[in-house]
Amino acid sequence: MNRAITAKNLSHSFGEDLVLKNVSFQVPKGDFFIIIGPNGSGKTTLMKIISGLLKPRNGELKILNRSIDQYHRKALARTIAFVPQMTFADFPFTVTEIVLMGRSPYLGMLGLEEENDLEIANQAIAFTGLENLAHRKLDQLSGGEQQRVFIARAICQEPDIILLDEPTASLDLAYQVRIMDLMEQLKTEKGITVVMVSHDVNLAAMYADHLLLLHNGQVLCQGLPDKVITYKTLEAAYGCTLLVDESPLGKSPRVTLVPRKYSIRE
Amino acid sequence: MNTKTPILIKRVVTASSLLILLLGFAMVLGISMGSTDSGIKDVFQNLLGTKEPGSMLYTIIWQIRFPRVLLAALVGAALSLGGLVFQALLRNPLAEPYILGISGGSAIGAIIGILMGFSRFPGVSLTAFTGSIATLLLILAMSSGQTILKKDALLLSGVMVNAFCAAVIMFLVSMTQDSRLHNIIFWLMGDLSMVDMKHVGILAATLLPCFFLVFWLSNPMNLLLMGKEMAQTLGVNIKVVTFTLLVVTSFMVSATVSYCGLVGFVGLVMPHLLRLVFGPDHRVLVPACVFGGGTYMVFCDLLARTLPEQGEMPAGVITAIIGAPLFIYLLKRSSR
Repeated sequence: MNRAITAKNLSHSFGEDLVLKNVSFQVPKGDFFIIIGPNGSGKTTLMKIISGLLKPRNGELKILNRSIDQYHRKALARTIAFVPQMTFADFPFTVTEIVLMGRSPYLGMLGLEEENDLEIANQAIAFTGLENLAHRKLDQLSGGEQQRVFIARAICQEPDIILLDEPTASLDLAYQVRIMDLMEQLKTEKGITVVMVSHDVNLAAMYADHLLLLHNGQVLCQGLPDKVITYKTLEAAYGCTLLVDESPLGKSPRVTLVPRKYSIRE
Repeated sequence: MNTKTPILIKRVVTASSLLILLLGFAMVLGISMGSTDSGIKDVFQNLLGTKEPGSMLYTIIWQIRFPRVLLAALVGAALSLGGLVFQALLRNPLAEPYILGISGGSAIGAIIGILMGFSRFPGVSLTAFTGSIATLLLILAMSSGQTILKKDALLLSGVMVNAFCAAVIMFLVSMTQDSRLHNIIFWLMGDLSMVDMKHVGILAATLLPCFFLVFWLSNPMNLLLMGKEMAQTLGVNIKVVTFTLLVVTSFMVSATVSYCGLVGFVGLVMPHLLRLVFGPDHRVLVPACVFGGGTYMVFCDLLARTLPEQGEMPAGVITAIIGAPLFIYLLKRSSR
């Protein structure tokens, strides 16, 4: 029973609005698990529930075979690290200072880091290739560099599971691949389970071990990429014409958007 | 290599000891100088107890200047810390109790307390605390939800609350006809002259635990700067931390307001200056604000006492003359 996350019939609503309906899935340990789906399909809400930010109205959520309610605040923080989409750079912290914040759930009463915490932070900085920027201030970095800082912060938390909310949104092509490669490295080298929300179906198809496709708060399809990324499922979820074939790199499906001028009239 | 040594201790100790030295220097200077001319040598002989008690200078030093300098240090520390906490909680470097109108609300409470004939402590302090909590709730309600992250919405709310508070204060003052009028007006502008050792002792006893509480929450404040979601997933109980910090800060601010009226912009000037020197980590900044804010206020009060040819002016005048232009400069820079 090596499950990192087990969700059974998760439901959630904001007021009258039912945003998640009976969502069930399992994430094996050491998996690269990507949640896809159109805007408003409940991806972010699901992410917030898994990270413990939101309590589901109904359903059962187990983290490492233990109900999430049984975790103490800090124990949960030592198990799951969350990289949110929106981050703030108003105050001039350096890269090292931000990465060190990942040690917070391990600190004692006074909240002061010790030498070994710094060592773990430096390893996380090295892992994400930020050595040369370690003493720079966050607001002096590009979007892609900032994203890596927050991933390093999550690694420094030494979690079993890392959750990311659209980490490649608003990054250029080179950085999208770089971040995704980094997540794969995290999975293979450190054995961390990676759970990600993504808008980019192609990136998701190439990197994910398992996919979960949400539509209107419900699971439309889940499983291996070739099973989830098909013409039928995607059209049902996104409601637009798509072309699905095999990536020239092989192994994974490829999705091509079809503009109206190319679509075949009936 | 000792892996148990907290890596930040060195920075905390360096910053604190540097600022304690400065504070000591400012306090000695504050005790030595005043409208009664006295040589530094005489003052030192008095301070060290080598001169017999009973002289006029002895009385001036121990009963007037010493409590006053201590009061200034406490007020400066509390106000700087108040600014620091508000800036962290509202994730807005321009937030400050005075600018947001918290001090103003507190002053309304205090004036009502004074007019009802309450004593400074605990009566006026309690009405001041009620006033500050009321304005705090008002501001949070006005700028709640998404807009709290927007600098302008928060500051505009503060400006309006402040204007409203000023009107209420003026209304209360204009209703007052007797001899209390001059006292109230002088006190309103930030006056540190009306204290004795007993009151300074009470103020110290209420503020010192607050300083420690804020220091204890300094790491959660760092994490809150990164956004609520990140703080929460790092194990911070954000509701408890935010609530505690807001109440403690309002309490500190209202304690200082009930003793010395409206001293503005200290909570803006000092956190900014100290952040420039020591970086943004609150575990360093909290003690730095206590000692640095104290130093700043002792100097401002010294200027307020010695600049005018005759008498003195309220210390709040000096802090506003320094603070308001800095605020405008920071606002201009942040909107770039």
